[in-house]
Amino acid sequence: MNKPLRRISIFCGLLVLALLVRTNWLQYVQAEELSTRKENRRVQIAQYAIQRGNIIVKGGQAITGSTATDGSDYKYKRTYVNGELWAPVTGYASQAFGSTQLEALEDKILTGNDDRLFFDRTIGMFTGEKKAGGNVVTTLMPDVQEAAFKALGNNKGAVAAIDPRTGAILALVSTPSYDPGSFAGNSKADEKAWVELKDGEDKKLVNRALRETYPPGSTFKVVTAAAALEHGVVKDVNEPTDTPEPYILPGTRTPMVNHAQGCEKASLLAAMRVSCNSVFANLGDKVGRDNMVETAEKFGFNNDKIDTPVRAFASVYDKTMNRDGNAQSSIGQFNTAATPLQMAMVTAAIANDGKLMKPYMVDQLTAPNLDVVEKHEPQEMSRPLSAANAQKIQQTMVDVVENGTGKSAKIKGVTVGGKTGTAQHGEGNKKRPYAWFISYVQNPDGTSPVAVAVVIEDSNADREDISGGGLAAPVAKAVMDAVLKSKI
Amino acid sequence: MSVVTNTTTIGAIELPSRRNTELMLLVFAVVIPIFAYANVGLAIHGELPPGMLAYGGGLAVLAGLAHFVVRRYAKYADPLLLPIATLLNGLGCVLIWRLDQSERLQNLAKRSFGAFSESAPRQMMYTAVAIALFAAVLMLLKDHRTLQRFTYISMAAALVLLILPVIPGLGADVFGAKIWISVAGFSIQPGEFAKIVIAVFFAGYLMVKRDALALASRRFMGLYLPRGRDLGPILMIWAMSLLILVFENDLGTSLLFFGMFVIMLYVATERTSWIVIGLLMSVGGAVVVGTFASHVQARVNAWLDPFGCYTTSGACEQVGQSIMSFGSGGVLGTGWGQGNSDLIGFAANSDFIFSTVGEELGLSGVMAFLLLYGLIIERGVRTALAARDPFGKLFAIGLSGAFSLQIFVVAGGVMGLIPLTGMTMPFLASGGSSVLANWALIGILIRISDTARRPAPAPAPSPDSEMTQVVRPS
Repeated sequence: MNKPLRRISIFCGLLVLALLVRTNWLQYVQAEELSTRKENRRVQIAQYAIQRGNIIVKGGQAITGSTATDGSDYKYKRTYVNGELWAPVTGYASQAFGSTQLEALEDKILTGNDDRLFFDRTIGMFTGEKKAGGNVVTTLMPDVQEAAFKALGNNKGAVAAIDPRTGAILALVSTPSYDPGSFAGNSKADEKAWVELKDGEDKKLVNRALRETYPPGSTFKVVTAAAALEHGVVKDVNEPTDTPEPYILPGTRTPMVNHAQGCEKASLLAAMRVSCNSVFANLGDKVGRDNMVETAEKFGFNNDKIDTPVRAFASVYDKTMNRDGNAQSSIGQFNTAATPLQMAMVTAAIANDGKLMKPYMVDQLTAPNLDVVEKHEPQEMSRPLSAANAQKIQQTMVDVVENGTGKSAKIKGVTVGGKTGTAQHGEGNKKRPYAWFISYVQNPDGTSPVAVAVVIEDSNADREDISGGGLAAPVAKAVMDAVLKSKI
Repeated sequence: MSVVTNTTTIGAIELPSRRNTELMLLVFAVVIPIFAYANVGLAIHGELPPGMLAYGGGLAVLAGLAHFVVRRYAKYADPLLLPIATLLNGLGCVLIWRLDQSERLQNLAKRSFGAFSESAPRQMMYTAVAIALFAAVLMLLKDHRTLQRFTYISMAAALVLLILPVIPGLGADVFGAKIWISVAGFSIQPGEFAKIVIAVFFAGYLMVKRDALALASRRFMGLYLPRGRDLGPILMIWAMSLLILVFENDLGTSLLFFGMFVIMLYVATERTSWIVIGLLMSVGGAVVVGTFASHVQARVNAWLDPFGCYTTSGACEQVGQSIMSFGSGGVLGTGWGQGNSDLIGFAANSDFIFSTVGEELGLSGVMAFLLLYGLIIERGVRTALAARDPFGKLFAIGLSGAFSLQIFVVAGGVMGLIPLTGMTMPFLASGGSSVLANWALIGILIRISDTARRPAPAPAPSPDSEMTQVVRPS
């Protein structure tokens, strides 16, 4: 009977071998996938098992916190300091509804699970210290953020402010906002708050500064001006252009409507001052679609990978439209769409003499003991225009604030350049237009500490450029003022 | 000149009894669980568990007693079986104690039963009773061949044991499977004991009928088919295993019995055709049951796609949770007491206890456990090879084969290798019947191995042999 016995022993060995192979497959090959599956509650449990690290703004103030809860799998709950103000920066970390933005992207640092904190954790194992989360230090300035939030008030809109010299984001506001703390837990009240926010008409959860695109309207004219200068269509901003009045869109019989007087053969400077649609449509047509696309893309349009590290939606300048579409797009209508961040980047590039710095909002990641784990170094993103051409556009933008549609952004004692915009919205311009304003402050030495873009969705005035100048420009002014006064 | 060939594994030379080896291994098998116990306490409560000395002492006393009984009553037994069983049982208690500390499981128990009671003390008590049973087996069963006498009684007993849970008033339907009976406040799983009893019947029956089954057969399509009257009991077993499945919702036990029988039949007759017939019959049975029993279908679906019906079906959720436990454990595991295998829910410390091993001890721990089980099986098969009587051979291979099938079915089920069946991981899972039955099984294997390894008595001096040697051709 020994021969079949040996065979049976091989069979039993194979059974054990099959189990050994299977466990290797599960625990080695598939381990990563299984341990991060969405069904795997361990991910959330680990996320909330320790006090989460904090998101800190410039000056060292923490805008988040952690509080112990009981009666749940999740030991700690996220809290927020002034949640409505900072929601567009922090995003949320909710036990029941997941996390977004910085809370999601820097989760490994905040939970202390980042590989770079390995030594910290190892040392903690020996000293008996409890595991703690690291911190995320942002570039946001609390004064500026508050000024922008206050200035927007009850309006629906957004503000993005950048330091043109480095690309550091100084303010990121979206209104109406929400308090991420209201649904950070997983109780019934949290769920109610969440459902109200999610289904509410105001779309409070949307980060309008980064993740909503609007037709940029006349503020886009600075991009068209840059393209015209870069591609040699205009050489001197004071030289008259060959724009007829009325200007008929190429290939159509539709005249381009101007809301301003004196646009016939107006120079770039004059056209910018009163915001002539005809002149910029004409220039955009002369530059041509492909060259317009090229310049717009250098400013960051059509790029769906603008990570601050929170990814901004791609702003659009259509690559396939025909001539009249291109002419209309050159004044920021038709198929053109931009996020407030994008327009702030355009302004920053012009204010920084043509050098566009990569926008960022995380300055440092630190270990629980505040050792710096990672520090962001400012990076150049592209050069959309030469320094000389940038200065020419600066000249026109200063003129807009001094003598044109942007007078309400004037600040005593410093040079301010800006551009207004009122974007048509809805079929046949039926809905209320968007009011835009982009601007920058210039120091006496020619450098610029801030570039800002403001959009207000629900403006009551509908006359071209007046609403941009009347509604959005004071907000931009408040932001610039705050930057100038800030002591941080 | 005569050539001496040693055809048996047992020589006439005095073999070392290996009892001291066993003792050393036992020390190891007691110390490891004590460390594990300390580990869990430190991880969960930040201090050494209060009952550590009592627990460690208890395990040491039990192991010592078992060792003493083996030394006294089964001197030549295999030295590995007892230490491995002790180690597994000790670690099982630690795993159960660890799951007792889970707030999640405590709350779950309070919600479903109104109160939570710890399983670890009960498991320790069962272990003590089981080791007493182990000792009793060794003391009372002087020779395993005695059991041959009870061939047909065993069959009757096995049938009764299997039918008990279906009897109204006696059986308890727990979570869909009718495999428990409750007697005087204790729930017993008679199937666990039936496993051993039926192995006695198989071994006894096949030893008698092996020649008839092997030789008196007709050739049909290349297979040797036995006569109807020899085949009868085999068909009965097949039908019985199907019936168990249908009436008691116990996929695992039916597979176990059937597999054990096919293995023993093959060993007894040395005819491969039995394997083929066995496979065909089990495929046939599986198809029939799979078509008609909805809970089997649910389990097969859960196996094919553990996350497909994750939120809707309980079967899916358990398998999914279990697989994620293994995945989250990774190579080194989270460490004793630091995993979340309690997410699996109510069966975490019984059917799914191996998932806790997977999560907290990781790939390395799971492999170590599988190898320990593999060693038990290997020692069992070796015992079968060494046994000198056909009954002992069949009995030992039947028990080891059943043991290996059980390991495969349970571990394979919780790891998603095969569809899930509700069976217990020997020595690890919480539950008295399982611990008792498996210690009895180890006791029997030790008894057979003692008989097999015992040196043959020295041949009596025979005057004839003297004569033979002096005769020389001249």
